[in-house]
Amino acid sequence: MPAPQAVVLGCSAGGLAALETVLAQLDPALPQALIVCCHTGSSDVGLFCELLALHSALPVAEAAERHPARGGVVHVAPSGYHLLLETDHRFSLSIDPKVCYSRPAIDVLFASAAAAYRERLVGVLMTGANHDGASGLAEIRRRGGIAVVQDPQDAEAPSMPQAALDLAGADHCLPLQQIGPLLNRLCLP
Amino acid sequence: MDSTDTELEDIEVELLVRALQRRHGYDFGQYSPASLKRRIQQLAHTQGDGTISRLIERVLHEPGFLQVVLEGLSVPVSEMFRDPPVFRALREQVLPVLASYPQINIWQAGCAHGQEVYSLAILLEEEGLYERTQIYATDFNESALRQAQEGIYPAKEAQLWSRNYLEAGGRHTLADYYSARYELIKLDQRLRRNVIFANHNLVADEVFCEAQLVVCRNVLIYFSDALQDRTLALFRHSLVRGGFLCLGTRESLDFAPSAKDFTPVDAGLRIYRLGGRSAVRG
Ligand SMILES: C[S@@+](CC[C@H](N)C(=O)[O-])C[C@H]1O[C@@H](n2cnc3c(N)ncnc32)[C@H](O)[C@@H]1O
Repeated sequence: MPAPQAVVLGCSAGGLAALETVLAQLDPALPQALIVCCHTGSSDVGLFCELLALHSALPVAEAAERHPARGGVVHVAPSGYHLLLETDHRFSLSIDPKVCYSRPAIDVLFASAAAAYRERLVGVLMTGANHDGASGLAEIRRRGGIAVVQDPQDAEAPSMPQAALDLAGADHCLPLQQIGPLLNRLCLP
Repeated sequence: MDSTDTELEDIEVELLVRALQRRHGYDFGQYSPASLKRRIQQLAHTQGDGTISRLIERVLHEPGFLQVVLEGLSVPVSEMFRDPPVFRALREQVLPVLASYPQINIWQAGCAHGQEVYSLAILLEEEGLYERTQIYATDFNESALRQAQEGIYPAKEAQLWSRNYLEAGGRHTLADYYSARYELIKLDQRLRRNVIFANHNLVADEVFCEAQLVVCRNVLIYFSDALQDRTLALFRHSLVRGGFLCLGTRESLDFAPSAKDFTPVDAGLRIYRLGGRSAVRG
Protein backbone atom coordinates (compact mmCIF):
# COMPACT_ATOMS: atom_id res chain seq x y z
CA MET A 1 0.00 0.00 0.00
CA PRO A 2 1.39 3.46 -0.85
CA ALA A 3 2.50 5.55 2.15
CA PRO A 4 0.09 8.22 3.43
CA GLN A 5 0.64 11.79 2.22
CA ALA A 6 -1.00 13.54 5.13
CA VAL A 7 -2.22 13.10 8.70
CA VAL A 8 -5.23 15.04 9.98
CA LEU A 9 -5.72 15.32 13.72
CA GLY A 10 -8.84 16.46 15.56
CA CYS A 11 -9.46 17.13 19.24
CA SER A 12 -11.40 19.37 21.57
CA ALA A 13 -11.50 19.52 25.38
CA GLY A 14 -8.10 18.39 26.64
CA GLY A 15 -6.73 18.69 23.11
CA LEU A 16 -3.69 20.81 23.79
CA ALA A 17 -2.15 18.31 26.19
CA ALA A 18 -3.05 15.40 23.91
CA LEU A 19 -1.45 17.07 20.90
CA GLU A 20 1.65 17.91 22.89
CA THR A 21 2.06 14.24 23.76
CA VAL A 22 1.56 13.03 20.19
CA LEU A 23 3.68 15.66 18.46
CA ALA A 24 6.55 15.15 20.92
CA GLN A 25 6.81 11.51 19.91
CA LEU A 26 6.85 12.03 16.17
CA ASP A 27 9.92 11.26 14.13
CA PRO A 28 11.33 14.59 12.90
CA ALA A 29 11.95 12.96 9.52
CA LEU A 30 8.22 12.47 8.78
CA PRO A 31 7.62 13.58 5.20
CA GLN A 32 3.84 13.95 5.62
CA ALA A 33 1.87 17.13 6.12
CA LEU A 34 0.17 17.15 9.52
CA ILE A 35 -3.01 19.17 9.81
CA VAL A 36 -4.63 19.92 13.16
CA CYS A 37 -8.12 21.07 14.03
CA CYS A 38 -8.61 21.73 17.74
CA HIS A 39 -11.52 23.63 19.27
CA THR A 40 -9.61 26.14 21.35
CA GLY A 41 -12.36 28.71 21.80
CA SER A 42 -9.78 31.47 21.54
CA SER A 43 -9.85 34.13 18.85
CA ASP A 44 -6.26 33.64 17.79
CA VAL A 45 -4.42 30.33 17.51
CA GLY A 46 -1.02 32.03 17.49
CA LEU A 47 -0.39 31.29 21.14
CA PHE A 48 -1.71 27.74 20.74
CA CYS A 49 0.81 27.18 17.92
CA GLU A 50 3.63 28.50 20.10
CA LEU A 51 2.70 26.17 22.93
CA LEU A 52 2.60 23.19 20.58
CA ALA A 53 5.92 24.15 19.03
CA LEU A 54 7.58 23.87 22.46
CA HIS A 55 6.86 20.13 22.41
CA SER A 56 6.62 19.25 18.75
CA ALA A 57 9.34 17.41 16.90
CA LEU A 58 8.19 19.20 13.75
CA PRO A 59 7.69 22.92 13.03
CA VAL A 60 4.18 24.25 13.81
CA ALA A 61 2.40 27.01 11.89
CA GLU A 62 -1.09 28.34 11.37
CA ALA A 63 -2.50 27.01 8.07
CA ALA A 64 -2.42 29.82 5.52
CA GLU A 65 -5.21 30.35 3.01
CA ARG A 66 -4.37 29.18 -0.54
CA HIS A 67 -0.95 27.89 0.52
CA PRO A 68 -0.08 24.23 0.05
CA ALA A 69 0.00 21.77 2.94
CA ARG A 70 3.72 21.10 3.31
CA GLY A 71 5.38 17.87 4.27
CA GLY A 72 7.13 17.83 7.64
CA VAL A 73 5.06 20.73 8.97
CA VAL A 74 2.23 20.78 11.51
CA HIS A 75 -0.46 23.13 10.17
CA VAL A 76 -3.09 24.38 12.63
CA ALA A 77 -6.58 25.55 11.63
CA PRO A 78 -7.05 29.28 12.32
CA SER A 79 -9.70 30.40 14.81
CA GLY A 80 -13.13 31.31 13.52
CA TYR A 81 -12.79 29.63 10.12
CA HIS A 82 -13.38 26.17 8.79
CA LEU A 83 -10.21 24.78 7.27
CA LEU A 84 -10.54 22.70 4.10
CA LEU A 85 -8.17 20.99 1.71
CA GLU A 86 -8.56 21.31 -2.03
CA THR A 87 -7.71 18.43 -4.33
CA ASP A 88 -4.40 20.13 -5.17
CA HIS A 89 -3.56 19.91 -1.43
CA ARG A 90 -3.83 23.64 -0.84
CA PHE A 91 -5.75 25.15 2.05
CA SER A 92 -9.10 26.91 1.76
CA LEU A 93 -11.01 28.72 4.48
CA SER A 94 -14.71 29.28 4.91
CA ILE A 95 -16.93 30.99 7.45
CA ASP A 96 -19.89 28.76 6.73
CA PRO A 97 -22.08 28.16 9.79
CA LYS A 98 -20.65 26.25 12.72
CA VAL A 99 -20.77 22.47 12.61
CA CYS A 100 -21.29 20.74 15.98
CA TYR A 101 -21.19 24.23 17.53
CA SER A 102 -17.64 24.58 16.23
CA ARG A 103 -15.76 26.59 13.67
CA PRO A 104 -13.25 25.28 12.82
CA ALA A 105 -15.00 21.91 12.76
CA ILE A 106 -13.14 18.63 12.58
CA ASP A 107 -15.82 17.13 10.31
CA VAL A 108 -15.23 19.81 7.68
CA LEU A 109 -11.46 19.33 7.70
CA PHE A 110 -11.65 15.54 7.68
CA ALA A 111 -14.25 15.28 4.91
CA SER A 112 -12.37 17.64 2.61
CA ALA A 113 -9.03 15.96 3.37
CA ALA A 114 -10.62 12.59 2.63
CA ALA A 115 -11.65 13.84 -0.81
CA ALA A 116 -8.22 15.37 -1.42
CA TYR A 117 -5.97 12.52 -0.23
CA ARG A 118 -8.32 9.54 -0.53
CA GLU A 119 -6.62 6.35 0.68
CA ARG A 120 -3.37 8.17 1.33
CA LEU A 121 -4.63 9.81 4.51
CA VAL A 122 -4.50 9.03 8.21
CA GLY A 123 -7.18 10.56 10.43
CA VAL A 124 -6.61 10.81 14.18
CA LEU A 125 -9.41 11.66 16.58
CA MET A 126 -8.69 12.28 20.23
CA THR A 127 -10.19 13.66 23.43
CA GLY A 128 -13.22 15.93 23.25
CA ALA A 129 -16.61 16.57 24.77
CA ASN A 130 -18.91 16.57 21.74
CA HIS A 131 -19.30 14.44 18.61
CA ASP A 132 -17.40 16.52 16.05
CA GLY A 133 -15.13 14.43 13.82
CA ALA A 134 -17.20 11.26 13.84
CA SER A 135 -18.77 11.73 10.41
CA GLY A 136 -15.50 13.11 9.04
CA LEU A 137 -13.68 10.03 10.22
CA ALA A 138 -16.33 7.84 8.60
CA GLU A 139 -15.70 9.71 5.36
CA ILE A 140 -11.95 9.06 5.65
CA ARG A 141 -12.60 5.34 6.01
CA ARG A 142 -15.04 5.32 3.11
CA ARG A 143 -12.29 6.71 0.92
CA GLY A 144 -9.88 4.04 2.05
CA GLY A 145 -7.90 6.13 4.54
CA ILE A 146 -6.77 4.93 7.96
CA ALA A 147 -8.72 5.88 11.09
CA VAL A 148 -6.97 6.17 14.45
CA VAL A 149 -9.04 6.86 17.57
CA GLN A 150 -7.81 7.50 21.08
CA ASP A 151 -9.18 4.88 23.47
CA PRO A 152 -12.10 6.70 25.17
CA GLN A 153 -11.10 5.22 28.52
CA ASP A 154 -7.77 6.94 28.16
CA ALA A 155 -9.19 10.28 27.01
CA GLU A 156 -9.62 13.31 29.23
CA ALA A 157 -13.05 13.77 27.59
CA PRO A 158 -14.29 10.46 26.20
CA SER A 159 -17.43 11.43 24.26
CA MET A 160 -15.75 12.53 21.03
CA PRO A 161 -13.62 9.42 20.50
CA GLN A 162 -16.57 7.28 21.62
CA ALA A 163 -18.90 8.95 19.11
CA ALA A 164 -16.32 8.29 16.40
CA LEU A 165 -16.02 4.63 17.33
CA ASP A 166 -19.80 4.29 17.32
CA LEU A 167 -20.29 5.91 13.93
CA ALA A 168 -17.09 5.21 12.01
CA GLY A 169 -15.25 2.50 13.86
CA ALA A 170 -11.46 2.59 13.73
CA ASP A 171 -8.48 0.80 12.24
CA HIS A 172 -6.56 1.50 15.43
CA CYS A 173 -7.96 2.36 18.85
CA LEU A 174 -5.28 2.95 21.45
CA PRO A 175 -4.11 5.11 24.36
CA LEU A 176 -2.57 8.49 23.74
CA GLN A 177 0.98 7.38 24.52
CA GLN A 178 0.89 4.91 21.64
CA ILE A 179 -0.50 7.23 18.97
CA GLY A 180 2.77 9.00 18.12
CA PRO A 181 4.73 5.75 17.70
CA LEU A 182 1.89 4.31 15.59
CA LEU A 183 1.96 7.34 13.29
CA ASN A 184 5.70 6.90 12.85
CA ARG A 185 5.15 3.29 11.82
CA LEU A 186 2.31 4.12 9.46
CA CYS A 187 4.07 7.06 7.88
CA LEU A 188 7.70 6.12 7.55
CA PRO A 189 8.60 3.77 4.71
CA MET B 1 -19.85 4.92 -0.72
CA ASP B 2 -17.04 3.34 -2.73
CA SER B 3 -14.71 5.23 -5.03
CA THR B 4 -17.02 5.10 -8.04
CA ASP B 5 -19.77 6.69 -5.97
CA THR B 6 -17.55 9.53 -4.91
CA GLU B 7 -16.45 10.11 -8.48
CA LEU B 8 -20.07 10.09 -9.48
CA GLU B 9 -20.71 12.85 -7.02
CA ASP B 10 -17.92 14.93 -8.53
CA ILE B 11 -19.63 14.55 -11.90
CA GLU B 12 -22.95 15.64 -10.44
CA VAL B 13 -21.36 18.73 -8.90
CA GLU B 14 -19.88 19.61 -12.27
CA LEU B 15 -23.22 19.15 -14.01
CA LEU B 16 -25.08 21.26 -11.46
CA VAL B 17 -22.57 24.07 -11.92
CA ARG B 18 -23.07 23.82 -15.67
CA ALA B 19 -26.83 23.78 -15.34
CA LEU B 20 -26.77 26.94 -13.23
CA GLN B 21 -24.57 28.60 -15.77
CA ARG B 22 -26.36 27.58 -18.97
CA ARG B 23 -29.88 27.88 -17.65
CA HIS B 24 -29.52 30.96 -15.44
CA GLY B 25 -26.18 32.62 -16.20
CA TYR B 26 -24.80 32.14 -12.68
CA ASP B 27 -21.25 30.87 -12.81
CA PHE B 28 -19.92 29.03 -9.77
CA GLY B 29 -17.25 27.33 -11.87
CA GLN B 30 -14.54 29.44 -10.27
CA TYR B 31 -15.49 29.04 -6.66
CA SER B 32 -13.15 27.07 -4.38
CA PRO B 33 -14.30 23.51 -4.99
CA ALA B 34 -14.04 22.06 -1.48
CA SER B 35 -16.45 24.40 0.28
CA LEU B 36 -18.71 24.72 -2.77
CA LYS B 37 -19.11 20.97 -2.82
CA ARG B 38 -19.95 20.93 0.85
CA ARG B 39 -22.71 23.47 0.39
CA ILE B 40 -24.06 21.61 -2.63
CA GLN B 41 -24.19 18.42 -0.58
CA GLN B 42 -26.12 20.26 2.11
CA LEU B 43 -28.55 21.64 -0.47
CA ALA B 44 -29.03 18.15 -1.89
CA HIS B 45 -29.90 17.09 1.61
CA THR B 46 -32.45 19.82 2.29
CA GLN B 47 -33.82 20.43 -1.22
CA GLY B 48 -32.97 17.47 -3.39
CA ASP B 49 -34.13 14.34 -1.59
CA GLY B 50 -30.46 13.66 -0.91
CA THR B 51 -29.20 13.67 -4.48
CA ILE B 52 -27.49 16.37 -6.49
CA SER B 53 -29.14 15.02 -9.65
CA ARG B 54 -32.51 15.99 -8.22
CA LEU B 55 -31.16 19.50 -7.62
CA ILE B 56 -30.11 19.67 -11.25
CA GLU B 57 -33.57 18.69 -12.39
CA ARG B 58 -35.17 21.34 -10.22
CA VAL B 59 -32.69 23.98 -11.37
CA LEU B 60 -33.58 23.22 -14.98
CA HIS B 61 -37.33 22.94 -14.68
CA GLU B 62 -38.67 24.71 -11.62
CA PRO B 63 -39.23 28.43 -11.81
CA GLY B 64 -38.18 30.07 -8.57
CA PHE B 65 -35.80 27.31 -7.57
CA LEU B 66 -32.77 29.34 -8.69
CA GLN B 67 -33.33 31.69 -5.75
CA VAL B 68 -33.32 28.75 -3.34
CA VAL B 69 -30.03 27.52 -4.76
CA LEU B 70 -28.40 30.94 -4.69
CA GLU B 71 -29.39 31.33 -1.07
CA GLY B 72 -28.00 27.89 -0.29
CA LEU B 73 -24.70 28.53 -2.03
CA SER B 74 -24.22 32.02 -0.64
CA VAL B 75 -23.01 32.14 2.94
CA PRO B 76 -24.53 35.18 4.57
CA VAL B 77 -22.80 34.58 7.88
CA SER B 78 -21.54 37.74 9.53
CA GLU B 79 -21.13 39.72 12.74
CA MET B 80 -21.08 43.34 13.76
CA PHE B 81 -17.53 44.57 14.27
CA ARG B 82 -16.08 41.12 13.65
CA ASP B 83 -12.31 41.37 14.24
CA PRO B 84 -12.50 44.54 16.35
CA PRO B 85 -8.89 45.58 15.64
CA VAL B 86 -9.84 45.96 11.97
CA PHE B 87 -12.65 48.37 12.79
CA ARG B 88 -10.38 50.21 15.18
CA ALA B 89 -7.82 50.61 12.40
CA LEU B 90 -10.51 51.82 10.01
CA ARG B 91 -11.54 54.36 12.62
CA GLU B 92 -8.05 55.52 13.54
CA GLN B 93 -6.08 55.17 10.33
CA VAL B 94 -8.44 55.14 7.39
CA LEU B 95 -11.27 57.53 8.26
CA PRO B 96 -8.91 60.43 9.06
CA VAL B 97 -7.59 60.16 5.49
CA LEU B 98 -11.06 59.84 4.01
CA ALA B 99 -12.00 62.99 5.94
CA SER B 100 -10.04 65.01 3.40
CA TYR B 101 -12.54 64.15 0.65
CA PRO B 102 -15.61 66.37 0.28
CA GLN B 103 -17.72 63.34 -0.59
CA ILE B 104 -16.86 59.84 0.60
CA ASN B 105 -17.96 56.72 -1.25
CA ILE B 106 -17.61 53.31 0.36
CA TRP B 107 -18.36 50.06 -1.41
CA GLN B 108 -19.12 47.13 0.83
CA ALA B 109 -19.10 44.06 -1.39
CA GLY B 110 -20.63 40.85 -0.08
CA CYS B 111 -22.57 42.59 2.70
CA ALA B 112 -24.52 39.47 3.78
CA HIS B 113 -27.22 40.47 6.30
CA GLY B 114 -25.74 43.94 6.67
CA GLN B 115 -23.93 43.57 9.98
CA GLU B 116 -20.80 45.24 8.63
CA VAL B 117 -22.81 47.94 6.87
CA TYR B 118 -24.32 49.08 10.14
CA SER B 119 -20.92 48.77 11.80
CA LEU B 120 -19.41 51.10 9.20
CA ALA B 121 -22.30 53.54 9.49
CA ILE B 122 -21.78 53.71 13.26
CA LEU B 123 -18.04 54.34 12.82
CA LEU B 124 -18.70 57.13 10.35
CA GLU B 125 -21.39 58.64 12.53
CA GLU B 126 -19.10 58.69 15.55
CA GLU B 127 -16.26 60.21 13.57
CA GLY B 128 -18.55 62.94 12.22
CA LEU B 129 -18.22 61.86 8.60
CA TYR B 130 -21.48 60.13 7.90
CA GLU B 131 -23.34 63.16 6.50
CA ARG B 132 -21.02 63.27 3.50
CA THR B 133 -20.70 59.55 3.02
CA GLN B 134 -22.50 57.22 0.67
CA ILE B 135 -22.24 53.50 1.39
CA TYR B 136 -22.98 51.12 -1.46
CA ALA B 137 -23.77 47.73 0.07
CA THR B 138 -23.93 44.91 -2.45
CA ASP B 139 -24.47 41.18 -2.48
CA PHE B 140 -25.82 38.68 -4.97
CA ASN B 141 -28.13 37.08 -2.44
CA GLU B 142 -31.45 38.90 -2.82
CA SER B 143 -32.97 37.64 0.40
CA ALA B 144 -29.86 38.55 2.39
CA LEU B 145 -30.09 42.06 0.93
CA ARG B 146 -33.71 42.35 2.03
CA GLN B 147 -32.76 41.31 5.55
CA ALA B 148 -29.84 43.72 5.49
CA GLN B 149 -32.24 46.59 4.81
CA GLU B 150 -34.42 45.57 7.73
CA GLY B 151 -31.51 45.38 10.16
CA ILE B 152 -33.22 42.88 12.45
CA TYR B 153 -31.07 40.29 14.22
CA PRO B 154 -31.42 37.71 17.00
CA ALA B 155 -30.99 39.37 20.39
CA LYS B 156 -28.60 36.63 21.48
CA GLU B 157 -25.97 38.15 19.17
CA ALA B 158 -26.06 41.50 20.94
CA GLN B 159 -23.70 40.56 23.73
CA LEU B 160 -20.83 39.55 21.45
CA TRP B 161 -21.43 42.45 19.11
CA SER B 162 -21.47 44.95 21.99
CA ARG B 163 -18.13 43.63 23.17
CA ASN B 164 -16.74 43.83 19.63
CA TYR B 165 -18.01 47.40 19.32
CA LEU B 166 -16.22 48.51 22.47
CA GLU B 167 -13.02 46.73 21.49
CA ALA B 168 -13.23 48.53 18.17
CA GLY B 169 -13.08 51.84 20.01
CA GLY B 170 -16.83 52.55 20.16
CA ARG B 171 -17.63 55.80 21.94
CA HIS B 172 -20.99 54.84 23.42
CA THR B 173 -22.63 51.47 23.89
CA LEU B 174 -23.97 49.46 21.01
CA ALA B 175 -27.38 49.46 22.69
CA ASP B 176 -27.64 53.15 21.81
CA TYR B 177 -28.03 52.04 18.19
CA TYR B 178 -30.69 49.37 18.47
CA SER B 179 -33.99 48.68 20.09
CA ALA B 180 -34.69 45.27 21.57
CA ARG B 181 -38.03 43.54 21.44
CA TYR B 182 -38.80 39.93 22.26
CA GLU B 183 -35.91 37.86 20.97
CA LEU B 184 -34.84 40.43 18.39
CA ILE B 185 -32.89 43.63 18.05
CA LYS B 186 -33.52 46.19 15.34
CA LEU B 187 -30.79 48.58 14.27
CA ASP B 188 -31.68 52.28 14.25
CA GLN B 189 -32.98 52.88 10.75
CA ARG B 190 -31.43 56.33 10.67
CA LEU B 191 -28.14 54.48 10.22
CA ARG B 192 -29.45 53.44 6.83
CA ARG B 193 -30.06 56.92 5.50
CA ASN B 194 -26.89 57.02 3.41
CA VAL B 195 -26.79 53.38 2.40
CA ILE B 196 -27.81 52.08 -1.00
CA PHE B 197 -28.40 48.33 -1.02
CA ALA B 198 -28.04 46.75 -4.45
CA ASN B 199 -27.77 43.37 -6.09
CA HIS B 200 -24.33 42.98 -7.62
CA ASN B 201 -22.60 39.79 -8.64
CA LEU B 202 -18.82 39.99 -8.31
CA VAL B 203 -18.44 37.17 -10.83
CA ALA B 204 -20.36 38.76 -13.66
CA ASP B 205 -21.02 42.45 -13.05
CA GLU B 206 -18.82 45.44 -13.76
CA VAL B 207 -17.39 48.13 -11.51
CA PHE B 208 -20.09 49.41 -9.24
CA CYS B 209 -19.02 52.91 -8.24
CA GLU B 210 -15.99 55.12 -7.69
CA ALA B 211 -14.93 54.56 -4.10
CA GLN B 212 -12.37 55.77 -1.60
CA LEU B 213 -12.77 52.58 0.40
CA VAL B 214 -13.76 49.07 -0.61
CA VAL B 215 -14.60 46.66 2.20
CA CYS B 216 -14.89 43.06 1.06
CA ARG B 217 -14.23 40.68 3.90
CA ASN B 218 -14.48 36.92 3.78
CA VAL B 219 -15.91 36.80 0.28
CA LEU B 220 -12.80 36.15 -1.78
CA ILE B 221 -12.01 33.15 0.44
CA TYR B 222 -14.74 31.39 -1.55
CA PHE B 223 -13.10 32.19 -4.90
CA SER B 224 -10.39 30.32 -6.82
CA ASP B 225 -7.12 32.16 -7.51
CA ALA B 226 -8.23 33.36 -10.94
CA LEU B 227 -11.56 34.74 -9.72
CA GLN B 228 -9.92 36.31 -6.69
CA ASP B 229 -7.50 38.07 -9.00
CA ARG B 230 -10.25 39.23 -11.34
CA THR B 231 -12.24 40.62 -8.41
CA LEU B 232 -9.19 42.46 -7.09
CA ALA B 233 -8.83 44.04 -10.53
CA LEU B 234 -12.47 45.11 -10.28
CA PHE B 235 -11.74 46.78 -6.93
CA ARG B 236 -8.66 48.43 -8.39
CA HIS B 237 -10.79 49.98 -11.13
CA SER B 238 -13.36 51.09 -8.61
CA LEU B 239 -10.91 52.74 -6.22
CA VAL B 240 -9.58 56.26 -6.56
CA ARG B 241 -5.80 56.52 -6.47
CA GLY B 242 -4.72 56.11 -2.85
CA GLY B 243 -8.07 54.51 -2.02
CA PHE B 244 -8.27 51.79 0.63
CA LEU B 245 -9.10 48.11 0.39
CA CYS B 246 -10.05 46.05 3.44
CA LEU B 247 -10.17 42.25 3.22
CA GLY B 248 -10.77 39.48 5.76
CA THR B 249 -7.95 38.95 8.25
CA ARG B 250 -7.04 35.47 7.04
CA GLU B 251 -7.14 36.12 3.29
CA SER B 252 -4.01 35.62 1.28
CA LEU B 253 -2.98 37.75 -1.69
CA ASP B 254 0.09 35.63 -2.39
CA PHE B 255 -1.40 34.04 -5.51
CA ALA B 256 -3.01 37.12 -7.06
CA PRO B 257 -0.98 39.11 -9.60
CA SER B 258 -3.29 42.12 -9.12
CA ALA B 259 -2.12 42.39 -5.51
CA LYS B 260 1.00 44.17 -6.74
CA ASP B 261 -1.08 47.32 -7.20
CA PHE B 262 -1.90 47.46 -3.51
CA THR B 263 0.43 48.55 -0.71
CA PRO B 264 -0.19 47.30 2.82
CA VAL B 265 -1.29 49.87 5.37
CA ASP B 266 -1.58 47.13 7.97
CA ALA B 267 -0.73 43.79 6.40
CA GLY B 268 -1.85 41.79 9.44
CA LEU B 269 -5.30 43.36 9.36
CA ARG B 270 -5.41 43.13 5.53
CA ILE B 271 -5.85 46.84 4.96
CA TYR B 272 -4.23 48.08 1.76
CA ARG B 273 -3.97 51.22 -0.33
CA LEU B 274 -4.08 51.42 -4.07
CA GLY B 275 -0.79 52.50 -5.61
CA GLY B 276 2.86 52.29 -4.66
CA ARG B 277 4.17 53.95 -1.54
CA SER B 278 5.09 57.14 -3.35
CA ALA B 279 1.66 57.43 -4.94
CA VAL B 280 -0.21 57.39 -1.69
CA ARG B 281 1.83 59.86 0.33
CA GLY B 282 -0.24 62.62 1.89
C1 LIG C 1 -19.38 34.96 4.55
S1 LIG C 1 -20.25 36.35 3.96
C2 LIG C 1 -19.22 37.69 4.47
C3 LIG C 1 -19.97 38.71 5.26
C4 LIG C 1 -19.16 39.84 5.83
N1 LIG C 1 -18.43 40.57 4.82
C5 LIG C 1 -18.25 39.36 6.93
O1 LIG C 1 -17.06 39.14 6.68
O2 LIG C 1 -18.70 39.21 8.06
C6 LIG C 1 -19.99 36.20 2.23
C7 LIG C 1 -20.99 36.98 1.41
O3 LIG C 1 -20.50 37.07 0.06
C8 LIG C 1 -21.59 36.97 -0.81
N2 LIG C 1 -21.12 36.53 -2.14
C9 LIG C 1 -20.61 35.32 -2.48
N3 LIG C 1 -20.36 35.29 -3.81
C10 LIG C 1 -20.72 36.52 -4.30
C11 LIG C 1 -20.71 37.09 -5.59
N4 LIG C 1 -20.31 36.40 -6.65
N5 LIG C 1 -21.14 38.36 -5.73
C12 LIG C 1 -21.58 39.06 -4.65
N6 LIG C 1 -21.62 38.57 -3.41
C13 LIG C 1 -21.19 37.31 -3.23
C14 LIG C 1 -22.49 35.95 -0.15
O4 LIG C 1 -23.82 36.07 -0.61
C15 LIG C 1 -22.35 36.31 1.33
O5 LIG C 1 -23.34 37.17 1.74
